[in-house]
Amino acid sequence: MSNMTNNTTENNNLDFENSDMMNENFQDSYDADGNDLYAAEEQLEELSPIVESSSAPQEPLIQKAEKKKKKGKDDEEETYHKPIIKRRKPNRSIAGDIFLYIFLLLVAIVMFFPIIYAVESALKPLDELYKFPPRIFAQNPTMDNFSDLFVTLSKSWVSFSRYLFNTVFITFVGTAGHLFIASMAAFVLAKYEFPGGKTFFKIVTVAMMFTGYVTGIPNYIIMSKLGMIDTYWAIIIPAFASPMGLFLMKQFMEGLPTSLIEAAKIDGATEWCVFSRIVMPNVKPAWLTLIIFSVQGLWNNKASTLIYSEEMKTLPYAMQQIQAGGIARTGEAAAVLVVLMVVPIAIFIFSESQILETMASSGLKD
Amino acid sequence: MSQFLKDYVKVKKHNFRVGVKKARISKSCYLFLAPYAIIFTMFFVMPVVISIFFSFTYYNILEAPRFVGLQNYISLFLEDDIFLISIKNTFMIAILTGPLGYIGSFLFAWLINELPRWVRSVAVVVFYAPSIAGNCYVIFSVFFRGDAYGHVNAFLMNAGIIDTPILFFTNPQYMLPICMVVILWMSLGAGFLSFVAGLQGVDKSQYEAGYMDGIKNRWQELWFITLPNMKPMLMFGAVMSITQAFGVCDVTMALCGYPSTDYAARTIVTHLFDYGFSRFEMGYACSIATILFLIMILCNKAIQSFLSRVGT
Repeated sequence: MSNMTNNTTENNNLDFENSDMMNENFQDSYDADGNDLYAAEEQLEELSPIVESSSAPQEPLIQKAEKKKKKGKDDEEETYHKPIIKRRKPNRSIAGDIFLYIFLLLVAIVMFFPIIYAVESALKPLDELYKFPPRIFAQNPTMDNFSDLFVTLSKSWVSFSRYLFNTVFITFVGTAGHLFIASMAAFVLAKYEFPGGKTFFKIVTVAMMFTGYVTGIPNYIIMSKLGMIDTYWAIIIPAFASPMGLFLMKQFMEGLPTSLIEAAKIDGATEWCVFSRIVMPNVKPAWLTLIIFSVQGLWNNKASTLIYSEEMKTLPYAMQQIQAGGIARTGEAAAVLVVLMVVPIAIFIFSESQILETMASSGLKD
Repeated sequence: MSQFLKDYVKVKKHNFRVGVKKARISKSCYLFLAPYAIIFTMFFVMPVVISIFFSFTYYNILEAPRFVGLQNYISLFLEDDIFLISIKNTFMIAILTGPLGYIGSFLFAWLINELPRWVRSVAVVVFYAPSIAGNCYVIFSVFFRGDAYGHVNAFLMNAGIIDTPILFFTNPQYMLPICMVVILWMSLGAGFLSFVAGLQGVDKSQYEAGYMDGIKNRWQELWFITLPNMKPMLMFGAVMSITQAFGVCDVTMALCGYPSTDYAARTIVTHLFDYGFSRFEMGYACSIATILFLIMILCNKAIQSFLSRVGT
């Protein structure tokens, strides 16, 4: 298909629309065969000289769809149109749907409010933080709190960049190692049968059932025997073996067709080759899931019990010190919250669809 | 009888030999598993064993552990009043927030599933954000601040309900309820994601078939079609929410302080920290950890056997 003639924005829109529709079809089997016809229609659209679209490339999708409909009539060509308003699902009352939307909207506001409030507090100047009656939204939003935060930290004994480096290093190495080691184990657990494999996996699922706090003290003892106290490894190495990552990875890998691996074997691939070239590229959605859970754990790790030297402390720990600074630091404390929460949320937003794809196979069968 | 035993031993021997042979063939499997298995054993299995072992000793890191039998457990339950408070608090938090958070996760995932696609992806971010927002819950300490500049106090004073600001995080009466609200706010976690994904994976033709067979409304659809399909995810979600509910300590420590007034917000984990990392009575702390471990595992098993009967 040559898309050279079209103007690019229109083209992008079409592509987006098409993929959107395809996904919808994938989910709604009601219009299962709309897909091919729709593609045909798209071709038709591309062939015809596009006048109206170049004049107003930013039209809403619905109008465009209507235009297509008109054009279809003019050309007297029988094309299938996906209805603009989707056919209602069976067993749904309209009143129920309206109630549902309102209810969800209210709950969503309540859920998101504290996060908005944290951002707003970070933007407030000090006099607004202590105003009576207090307001939720800042009237003169400033970035002062953020710059103050930077100044405070840069004057401290250990520089801000060092704290940041510690956290980034721990998060990055811990996540990468976790991804690698857990996928290796998950691969053999999911795809091969060998004595002890099933038992091992059962133990891992039991390990998901208790929190890390239970093992905190013995972990400390073990690490002090290994000489890992007060090094980054005290945080990083236990993170490698987080049971949740192995569990999710194994469940997702079970969905891979075994024939793929067998075919590679017949072509003479070694075990390692199968893992690194066939399996790993095919489970990319699961990578992101492991990454988000691992980052979530490591990014906020205060590491206060396992690391003593100030220059090895993590960013959340430094932030905690600022928060403990009392009333004068209220604005900065809010800025701290914002800085710390942005990273995991951003990762989640960018990888949401892949994460959901992985979580679909997260079920726990007994 | 002896014949039976002989046969039994024979079969066992045979099985063992087959096992060894299989293991020899699948050497590379063990190689792949080895790094994970070693780290996992060292930092997840061994600690539990060590913890159970130390729970029967007096150990303060400096001296060698001294065996004291069940003394730790006896003093926990009979002499340590604060531990009993912490157990009461933990159970109150777990019993209220665990099931509510769990049902809430499912309910919202189910309702979100009805939305159009792009609205759904926005909604998932909005609902999931609190649980990945790090220690964003600290913002509640500004919201419920003990002076007149806090929003709740200001609102109540403006409305004329109270004259003097309430010290929300120092008054034992208000501590636990507020912590529970915060924990509930954060409870749509991994289980919620699992539900959202699982609901999208339910075969749509089953709904159509159900419609043909006379299912009238969304509630019937939920009970007869959705829930049975979702059972594995329900299990996973239950594990997640139980683990979370009994492991509460971050929120109470950040909001109510450590230690909190009258120990009103002390949980089992906080108690564990107190003895483990402040007083270095490792033996005693390990017995607390063992109790917490047993509670979590037993609860999980109980809930799983209960859930296996849902929706059939």
